[in-house]
Amino acid sequence: MNKKTWVSLLTLPCLGLGLLAGCSKKEEAQPAAAPEAAAPAAAAATPIDPATVASVTGTVKLDGAAPKAAKIDMSQDAACKGANSAETIVADGGNLANVFVYVKDGLGTRTFDVPTTAVTIDQQGCKYHPHVLGVMTGQNISIKNDDQTTHNIHPTPQSNREWNESQPPNATPIQKTFAREEIMLPVKCNQHPWMRMYINVVKSPFYSVTGPDGKYELKGLPPGTYTIAFVQEKLGEQTQQVTLAAKDSKTVDQSFKQQ
Amino acid sequence: MPYNRAHHRFAIFTAGATFCLLIAGALVTSNDAGLSVPDWPTSFGSLYKIPHMIGGVRFEHTHRMIAEFVGVLTVVLAIWTWRVDKRRWIKALAVGALGTVVAQGVLGGLTVLFYLPPLISSAHAALAQTFFCIAVAIAVFTGRRWVEEVPEVELDSRRPSLITLTLLSILVLYVQLILGAMFRHHGMSWWPHVVNAPVAALVLTWTAVRALAVYARIEAVRRPAILLLGLLITQLCLGFVAFLTRVAWGRDAVQPELPMVISTVAHVAVGALLLATAVVLAIQVWRHVPVAFAERVPEGGRRVVAA
Repeated sequence: MNKKTWVSLLTLPCLGLGLLAGCSKKEEAQPAAAPEAAAPAAAAATPIDPATVASVTGTVKLDGAAPKAAKIDMSQDAACKGANSAETIVADGGNLANVFVYVKDGLGTRTFDVPTTAVTIDQQGCKYHPHVLGVMTGQNISIKNDDQTTHNIHPTPQSNREWNESQPPNATPIQKTFAREEIMLPVKCNQHPWMRMYINVVKSPFYSVTGPDGKYELKGLPPGTYTIAFVQEKLGEQTQQVTLAAKDSKTVDQSFKQQ
Repeated sequence: MPYNRAHHRFAIFTAGATFCLLIAGALVTSNDAGLSVPDWPTSFGSLYKIPHMIGGVRFEHTHRMIAEFVGVLTVVLAIWTWRVDKRRWIKALAVGALGTVVAQGVLGGLTVLFYLPPLISSAHAALAQTFFCIAVAIAVFTGRRWVEEVPEVELDSRRPSLITLTLLSILVLYVQLILGAMFRHHGMSWWPHVVNAPVAALVLTWTAVRALAVYARIEAVRRPAILLLGLLITQLCLGFVAFLTRVAWGRDAVQPELPMVISTVAHVAVGALLLATAVVLAIQVWRHVPVAFAERVPEGGRRVVAA
C-alpha cells in the first residue's frame, strides 16, 4: 500500500473523531447545574387588593372503580427499594390524587411575582416525589437524589428546552427553571424506565395538586370569572367556569370518568 | 487471485459481530435506554471507564462497547482487503464499509446529543442494516466459491427479470425498515409499517418463487431463495407478536415488558437477516442469472460491427 492510501485510511476515523469532539464540546458548554436561560425580565406584578380576594376549594373524584395499580419490576437495580406500584391513576375511596388544578383563563394581562423559594423534586426509592408538581415560569426547581444509585433526569417538553442530566448518589441538587408555560410536561429517568413524573409550568400562582383525599384549594384570587382546569395525566383535561365576587369562597368539585 | 481463507473468515466474523451489534441496538430501543448515558462520545465523562452497569446503562453502554469493537474490526477488514485483494471494486467496498461505520457512529452520537429525534434515530437504524448488508456482501465476495469457481450461468429472458425482482425486494424491505424504525422511534404511527407488510411479503414471495421455480438447479440462487421464504414467514409471525405485545397489550405499560422486548428485538434481528438475504440473492442472481444481452441493449442501441 502506498503512502497516499495510508493517509486516506487514517483520515476517515480522524474526521469521525473530530466530529465527535465538536459535538461533545456543545454539551460541555452547557453547565450541568445552570438554570435554563430565564425569560426576559418580568414586568412588576399587578397589585391585588388583599381585602377582596376570594378562594375556590373542592374535591376531585373518580367515577367508577379505581383500576388496580400496575406492578413495577425494580429488580434490574438492587438499590431500588421503593413502593412498586405505578401512580398512573391513584384513587382512594373515589378521591382522585395527582390532579393538577389551575386557573386556565380569566386572569387577563395580570402578571405575578415569581416565588424566590425553590420547589423540590426528590428521587427516592427510584420514584419521583412528588409525582405531579406545579411551578411558576422562571421559578427555581431543586432536584435531589436520595437513592444509592445514579439517576438521570430527562424532561421531554413540547415548548421548553429539553435536557438530560445524570445525578449520582449524594450529588449536589440540580437547579433548573422552565421559561414557558406547559401543562403535564413529562419527566423520566432512562436508567429506570418506570420512573416518570409531570411538571406543570404556569404563569400565575393559582394552582394546586390534589392530595390523596382528592382536595385542592386556590387562594388569593381577585374577583372575576375564571376557567378552572383539572388535568390528570391519563384521564385528560376538564374545565369549569366559576365567577367569584369579592371575598367569595366557592366550592367547585369535579369528577373524571374512568376510561 | 487466490482465495484467502483467513481474510474470508475475518469478513464472516465482522458480519457476525455486526449482527450482535444490531441486536444490542434493538435492545437499547426496546428498553427505552437510549438516553440512559446522557453524554457522547464519553460515557459519564469517561472514554474508557466502564460505568456501573445497572438499569438502562447496561444496554446503552454494552451497545457502545460492541460498536467500538465492530469499528475496529471494520478498520482491520478495510486495511486487510486493501492489502490482499486485487479487485479494485472490493477495495472500494471495504473503504465504503469503513465510511459507513464512521457515519453510523456519528449518527449514534447525534441521536444521543439531540435526545433521540425520530429522523436521526431512524437513519441510525437504517444505516445499521445497510452496514450489515455490506459486511455480509464482503463475506460473500471473499468466499472460495466466488473467488475460485467458474459461475454456472443461465440467461434470463422473462419479464420482469429476476434481477429486477430482487432489486424490488430490497427496495420494499428498505421502505419497510424505515417505516418500522420511524414507528419504533416515535416519528410515525404503526399503521404504515403494517400496511406495507403485505406488499413486502408479496414482492418477496414472488421473487423467491420465481428463483425456485426457474433456477432451482443453481445452488447459489436456490439457497438464499429458500432462506428468504423461511425468514419471511418467521418475520410475519414475529411482526404479529410484536404488534400484540407493543401496540395492543403494551400501550399503557409502566415499563418495557419482557415479552415486548423479546418479540420486538427478534423482529428487528430477523428483519436484518431478511434484508441481507435479499442482498445476497440479488448478488447471486446478478452473477448466475444475467439478463440476455439482446434484452439488455435496446434495438436502436445495437450496431453491427465488422469482425
